Amino acid sequence: MKAHGKAWKFGNDINTDEIVPARYLNTSDPDELAKHCMEDADDKFMEKMAPGDIIVAGSNFGCGSSREHAPIAIKAAKVSCVIADSFARIFFRNSINIGLPIIESPEAAAEINEGDEIEIDFDSGTIENKTSGKTYQAKPFPPFMQDIIKKGGLMNKVRSELS
Amino acid sequence: MGMTISQKILAAHADRDEVTAGDLIEARVDLVLGNDITAPIAIKEFTDLNIKSVFDPEKVALIPDHFTPNKDIKSAEQVKILREFSKAQGIKHFYDVGRVGVEHALLPELGLTRPGMLIIGADSHTCTYGAMGAFSTGVGSTDMAAAMAVGKTWFKVPEAMKFIYEGNLRPYVSGKDLILHTIGDIGVDGALYRSMEFTGTVISNLSIEGRMTMANMAIEAGGKNGIIEPDDITLEYIRSRSREEFTVYSSDKDAEYADVREYDVSKIEPLVAYPHLPENVRPARESGVKIDQVVIGSCTNGRIEDLRVAAEVLRGRKVHADVRLLVIPATQEIYRKAMDEGLFDVFLEAEGIVSAPTCGPCLGGHMGILAEGEKCVATTNRNFVGRMGHPKSEVYLSNPAVAAASAVMGKICHPDELK
Repeated sequence: MKAHGKAWKFGNDINTDEIVPARYLNTSDPDELAKHCMEDADDKFMEKMAPGDIIVAGSNFGCGSSREHAPIAIKAAKVSCVIADSFARIFFRNSINIGLPIIESPEAAAEINEGDEIEIDFDSGTIENKTSGKTYQAKPFPPFMQDIIKKGGLMNKVRSELS
Repeated sequence: MGMTISQKILAAHADRDEVTAGDLIEARVDLVLGNDITAPIAIKEFTDLNIKSVFDPEKVALIPDHFTPNKDIKSAEQVKILREFSKAQGIKHFYDVGRVGVEHALLPELGLTRPGMLIIGADSHTCTYGAMGAFSTGVGSTDMAAAMAVGKTWFKVPEAMKFIYEGNLRPYVSGKDLILHTIGDIGVDGALYRSMEFTGTVISNLSIEGRMTMANMAIEAGGKNGIIEPDDITLEYIRSRSREEFTVYSSDKDAEYADVREYDVSKIEPLVAYPHLPENVRPARESGVKIDQVVIGSCTNGRIEDLRVAAEVLRGRKVHADVRLLVIPATQEIYRKAMDEGLFDVFLEAEGIVSAPTCGPCLGGHMGILAEGEKCVATTNRNFVGRMGHPKSEVYLSNPAVAAASAVMGKICHPDELK
C-alpha cells in the first residue's frame, strides 16, 4: 500500500479540538466532518489541500479528547497519511482502529518541509521525500496491530473472529 | 519483579499470573461506557456486525451528557440513537434528562465504578475512576463497539510513573491544584502511554472527590490511566454506594517505575492553567487577567464539595458587573444537595445562574459559549484553542475557590485577595 502527496506542516500538541471543533460534534457523518478538518489549527487547510496529501506534525499529535471524529475527519478529507514525531495515545489507537494510516518518525517529522512531495510505502515503512531526496525508515507496528490494519480496521478483525 | 496496581488489574482481567510493561494482552472489561457524542458511532459499528446482543447489557452504560438537554435537532437525534439502542438491548444504565448527569460524576454515585475493575469509556476523562482503584481508560467509539460485542479488548501494558505528595496543603489548595502542578511539571505528554499513580500522605488525606479531580486529569498529561490505591476513605465511599463485590489491589514494593516524582505541597499555591495548554500553569495570585465568564462545574470539579467551596467564597458577595457566572452541579443528586444546603441562594444572591447537569460549555457545546476575545475561568480540564467557543476566546483552568473569587473581582485572583 502506498501514499503520495504534498506535505502540510503542523506544530506540537495539535489537539482534537483543533482537528474537529466541538461545534461540529452533533454529527458523525464523515463527509460533513471532513469539511471542517483541522479547522481550528488552520481554517484554510481544506481549501489548500488536495486528496492524497500528507499531514506532517510535531509531538503529541491528536492529544485531548477521545473523539474518533478526529481521525474520521482526517481520513474522510482524503489525507493519505499522518506523519508525526509522536502521537497521543487515544488518537493513535483510534487511527489504527479505523484504518487511518499513521507513521511515527521523529526524523521525518522534523526534516520534511511544507510543500515537499512525499511518497510512503506502508509495507516497508519507508518515507521518501522526493523534493529533498532523503529517505526515512519508520519502525514497524507490532504484528498484532499490523493485523488490524491489514484487515481494514478493528471491526473487520472482530467480525472475522466472530464468524 | 513486582507489579504495579494497574498491571495487577490488567493481569487479572487477562487471566494471567503476571504481566510486564510492553506486553500486548487481551482483557475482559467490567464496564463499557459512551456518551451522546461518541456512542452513536459505536452503535452504528456494533449494528453493522449483525449480532443480536451486547456481551452483557448490565455492563454497558450510555450517558447522554455532552449536548443535553438536547442542544439542537442533530443533538436530539444523537441522543435518540442511544435511547432506542438501550431499549432494544435492555441496557439498564441509560439515563435521560431528569436522571442523567455528567458521566464521570454519575457513574461513581451509582456505585458502578469500584476498586479492581477494568473500565473503558468512549470519553477521554474515563480515567476519573482510577480514583477508586479501578483501571480505567479512555478509548474511541470503535473500541467501544468492539467491547460491546465481545466484552474484551486489547491493551498494551503500560509503564508506570509514581507521584508522591507530602507536606501540608495551603489554604484553598485542593486536588485541582495538585494535578495542575503535576501537569505543569511534566507537560501535556509527560505521562504519555503511562499509568500515573498518585500517592503520599496528602493523597491519603484527600477526599474521594479530590481524588476524582486528580485522576480525571491524568489524560491531560497524556496518561493511559490515573490511579490511587484504595484505602479506608475509598472503602467508605464504595460501601455507601454499592453492595457489589470488589477487589482491592496495591502496587508491590518492588514494582518498577519509569519515573518517580516527589512534591512538597507546602510550596504549592492555588494555580491557573493559562491558554492554550493545561501545562501552562501559573499562580492565581495577582494574575490580574480581566475575565468575562466563570464556569464552575464539569466532571473535574462539579461535585458537592466543589460547590460548597465556591459558595463559601461567594457568600455575601456579588459577581462583578462584567462577569457571567455559571454554576453547573454535575448530577441531579449534587444539584439537590446543593439546593437543600442553601448553596443556590448564595449563587443567585451573587447574581450567577445555576444550570441543569450537563457538560455544556466545557467542550464548547452549549450553555455558555464564548465570543471572540472573551476570557473564561473554568473549573474544567482543558483550555485548547476554541475549547469553549470562538477560536479567539480563552479558557483559564482553576479550582472552584479561584473561579469564585475571580468572578467577584472581575479578574483572576487568589481568594484571599477579596476584601
